[in-house]
This record gives sequence, C-alpha cells and structure tokens, in this order.
Amino acid sequence: MTTSRLLTNQQRLELFYWMLLTRIFDETMVNLWKQGRGVGGTFSQRGHEAISVGAAYALGPEDVIAPMHRDLGAYLLRGLTPARVFGNLLGRADGVSRGRDANLHGMGDLRHNIIGFISHLPHSLPVALGAAMSFIYRNEPRVALTFTGDGASSAGLFHETLNMASLWNAPLIVIVENNQYAYSTPLHQQMKVPDIARRAEIYGMAGVTVDGNDVEAVYAAVHAAATRARGGSGPTLIEAKTMRMLGHAIHDGAEYVPKELLEYWEGRDPVKRYRQKLLDEGVADETELTEIAQRVEVEIADALAQAEASPLPDPATVEQGVYAGE
Amino acid sequence: MKTAGALPFTDDPNMLQSPTDVARELTYIAAISEALREEMRRDPNVLLMGEDIAGEFGGAFKVTKGFEAEFGARRVINTPIAELGFVAAATGMALMGLRPVVEMQFADFISSAFDSIVQFAATTHYRWGGAVPWVIRAPADGGLRAGPFHSQNPEAWFVHTPGLKVVAPATPADAKGLLIAAIRDDNPVIYFESKPLYRSLKGHVPPGEYIVPLGKANLARVGADLSIITYGAMLHQALAAAERLAQEGVDAEVLDLRSLKPLDKEAILATARKTGKVLVVHAANKLAGVGAEVAALIAEEAFEWLDAPVQRMGGLDTPIPFSPPLEDAYRPNAEKIYAAARALAAY
Repeated sequence: MTTSRLLTNQQRLELFYWMLLTRIFDETMVNLWKQGRGVGGTFSQRGHEAISVGAAYALGPEDVIAPMHRDLGAYLLRGLTPARVFGNLLGRADGVSRGRDANLHGMGDLRHNIIGFISHLPHSLPVALGAAMSFIYRNEPRVALTFTGDGASSAGLFHETLNMASLWNAPLIVIVENNQYAYSTPLHQQMKVPDIARRAEIYGMAGVTVDGNDVEAVYAAVHAAATRARGGSGPTLIEAKTMRMLGHAIHDGAEYVPKELLEYWEGRDPVKRYRQKLLDEGVADETELTEIAQRVEVEIADALAQAEASPLPDPATVEQGVYAGE
Repeated sequence: MKTAGALPFTDDPNMLQSPTDVARELTYIAAISEALREEMRRDPNVLLMGEDIAGEFGGAFKVTKGFEAEFGARRVINTPIAELGFVAAATGMALMGLRPVVEMQFADFISSAFDSIVQFAATTHYRWGGAVPWVIRAPADGGLRAGPFHSQNPEAWFVHTPGLKVVAPATPADAKGLLIAAIRDDNPVIYFESKPLYRSLKGHVPPGEYIVPLGKANLARVGADLSIITYGAMLHQALAAAERLAQEGVDAEVLDLRSLKPLDKEAILATARKTGKVLVVHAANKLAGVGAEVAALIAEEAFEWLDAPVQRMGGLDTPIPFSPPLEDAYRPNAEKIYAAARALAAY
C-alpha cells in the first residue's frame, strides 16, 4: 500500500498545513517562554509533529483521541483553536481548562471527542481503552486512539492495558512516540529490547513500527489500524520512532543528548522533509508553500495576541467545577 | 420480572423478587444486590465490572450472582486482576456516558487503583469539565479475622481527595438508597460496604425506587446527654452502647453520617450544639481519620456549646492484626464505646 493512493494532493497540503501550524505554534511558544512571557513550564513539540498530525488526520470526528503533551498537532487538528491552546498555556479564563490545568495538560473537550491527559503516563491508555469499550457496548463503529512515550512503556499499566485491550478486542490504537529519551534517560537505560512494537505479539494484537518523522507513514499506519478496529479486528500498537529535538520541558537544555544524535535527526526533520517531498513530487510549488507558511504565521500571531489580551480567571471562581452538576 | 423461585434462605440476593410487602426485610448484602439489579433494569448505561463477578460465581461475596444470566456478559464484565487498568477503563467508559459500577474484591485492593482514582477520575471535571459517573463498590471493614489485607477501612484517603464522593451505609435501607443515589450521581463515588454487616444485619428495605441523598446524615437515636457520631458497622456498636447507657440513665444521641464526602456539617453541628458532648467513632484507624475532620469541625464551629473535649475512638495506628485477641484490641466495639461515652457523660 502506498500512502499517495490514500491521500489526494489537497489532503497532502492539509497535512503540511497542520504540521506547519504545530511547528510555528511551537516556535512561538518557545520564544515566548525565553522572553519570560510564559506562565510556569511548557513542552516543546519539535520533532513530534508528524506523529500527532498524521495520526489525528487519519481519524474521523466521531473517534475519540487522548493525546499527551507532545501532541499539539492532534489537539489543533481535532478542533482546539490556537487561541484556546495559548489561553491554556497562559492560564487564561478562556483557555481549554479555564486556568485549571497547566500548559498542555488537561486539554480535554468532549465536544471534540478529546480526552485531556494527566502527568501520570500512561494513564491515557486505559482511559482510552474504556472509551473503546463503550463503542463495543453501544455497537458504534468508532475507534479510540491514544499516545504515550517510550518512558511510559515501562510502567505496569502499559501491560495491563494492552492485555485487556487485546482480550476484549477493543477498537483501540496505541501510539508509542519513541523519542529516545525519558526526560534524561536514554532508551538503552530503560529497556533491553528497544523495539516496543514487538511487545504486541505477546498480547496477541497487531504491532507495527513506523518512521515517526514521516507524516504519511504515520497516517497510513493509523488509517490501517482504524480500519481494522472498525472491522472488529481489535487493537493495534504503533511504535513511531522519532527524536525529541529540545529538552523534556522548556527549562531543560538537554545537554545530556549527544550532538551527533541531534544532527542525525535534524536531517530527518518531519516538517522540512515533507515540504521537500511535496516540492519533489510536484504537489505544490515554492510560492504555494510559502503562502501556506505566511497564512500560518498570521494565524499564530493573531491567536497569541488574542490569548494575551484575554482575561485571567476570577479568583472567586477557584472552587467552581470540582463536581459535575453543581 | 425475573424470579428465582423458592430458596431455602432469605439472604441470597438471587431470590429477590419484586416485593410488594412494605414490611419486608432484607439483609444488607441483599439490599446492595437489589439496588444494582433495579438500576440495571432501569438504565441501559449501567454496567458492572470487576474480578470474578460474572457467571454463576457472581463475585467473592455473591453480590452479583445471577446477574450475567439476566443482563448478559456485555453488562457484567469479568476483568483480569488489574485494578489500576480496569478502574481507569471505567473512567473512560464514564466519560463516554456509561455508568460503570466497579467491584473491588476487597476495599484493601483499592490502593492498587489509587492513581486512576485520585489523579485521573477525581480531577477531570475540575480540569476540563469531563464528568466521570462511576461507582466503586469497596467491601471494607474487619472484625472477621481476615488479617491486614482483607480488613481495611481506607476511606480517609478518598475523603481527602477533591472531586470524589464517599459513602458508607450502615443499614440495609441505606445500602440500597445510597447505592442508587451513587449510581445516578454524575461524579465518581466510592461506596464502602461493611463486610461484617453483609449477612448479619437484616432490616426493612423499601421496595422499588428508593434513594438516600448523598451528603445527608441520619439521626439514628435521639438523646440529650451526649452525641456519638459514627458510620458503617460501628453504628450498631454505638447503638448497643447507647442502650446500655440508657439503663444507667445516660441518654445518648447517635448520628450516622452515611456520607463521608460531602459531610453533613449541619447535622454534625446540630447534635454537638444540642448535647455539648461528642464522641466520634469509626473502625478505621484514628490518626488522621474522618473523625479528626469531624472533631475539628466541631472545635471550629461549635466550641461555645461544648461541655467537654471532643473525644475520638478508632482503630490503632497499626496494620490490622489477624489473631482474635489482637484484632479485638485493635478495633472499637460496643464495650469500648460504652466506657468512653460513660466517662464523657461524667465529665
């Protein structure tokens, strides 16, 4: 199966747009924090754009998605506006979590079928499994997709979830963004077998490895997994190999990462690489791609201005929202 | 209506029929089964999950015996031994609008699911507005010679967690009414069942839809001289102590909290102000237990009405011991409550 047969040229340009939106948002965010205009910490997405965008693009709006803190592209693609996300980062009243949760945490919105994440990775896995179980329960042709990292694949809950997902034949897609580092700990200090997708076999589920810096490869893998899941063939574990290009969080200079490793992955930058591919294959010319970039720059600048001008939450509301129905 | 026919004993949840007799009595455990069965018949979104709950086995305590036959495997889901995973899965189901009722085989094992309860389920509505309407049924409490890992009362951990609700029924009627209220509540509710009451306690249970609102205490005994505030199995020990005190002319009031989060502050303060002497009793260990919150509330808001220091009685600050003389030394009972209340009355 070649991905070009799955995607029209228009769709390929949309993928490029979403990746670029994610990249420019990220660069703007990092600059903002370096200028001291941020609130608390935040997490760069650099290097992860193809995974969050390619995966989210392969789903329908009725499918449920449970992203983590490196999946900005998925949040945006599923309908959270850049202004609402900046609002969340800046602790604003009209941010996704109304000032309740920090940076990219807690950005759930069931109107967009997004489940917000907690720091305790991989807790989105079993929660997404529960969403998938509800689709079986109601006999709905929907899938649930969630993301986690190589680091969280060492937690017992990773095993618990994959075992139950396979046992119950759940329409669940789990993407492990293997970005080589769990904070400062490299993969070889985390596990003996560095190919996480291989674990799928012992659970009796499908497992595939994809180039996490190739948006069309990610799209194709998720598209195939979703088709299988909707057809009743159960869950899929997708390992997307990539590299976290900046530190774990904004404060982290990541001096522990060898320069050569970063140089290798810089040559595989998912956004630049896809831009070149679109040019090479005649999908668009320089002018068209530059126009998309200009549109994205304006969109992000407007979103940030809107978020910075939006109000902070009223301290009198601090106790509101703890319970539903009150 | 499914009927199980004539069975030789009355505490089997299977033999519950659609009762018309308002004077009918059920055991505490049968009342739990009845609440589950009625809610599952009423609302197709209610489903059960837990270890060994399906099939003819019907759970370690048989609360769900016969449920799979009536409701099918789709709604009565046996889980692997993975509390962290299946409680979190229940959270995902609840976010999608289902109302899972999860059975912990013993309340002691709820710690295995701690993260998914206190970090995910409890915080979700505050963080981003996602409602998590699940119930965890947690068979708690001791006195049954079951040792450190089948006797615990871990309610204080959850009362300390914003976003959860916590209940602990002490009577068959409340077991039914609070469970129905918990299932219909849009928030995560932890329902602590009292194992020692399962088959030892029988009482009137209203037939059909019967709801006990969350957050409302029950004045179990009206008195004038002192107040015993308690919940769960200790209610019956407190009532027995009160009877003995009455024979000596001491008139004890007994307040059954029923809900631990939210606490019924009005009822607590009302009894404290009425009698001026308060003894708080629970089976969980005393240190930083729910009783500490009750005592602090009274100290903060009813101090002028007090005629004696608020007294607390709870389990010791040890793991729960197995051997009978050790467990009896660990645990409050009617005799100990009587002695403490008598001393308080004489203060």
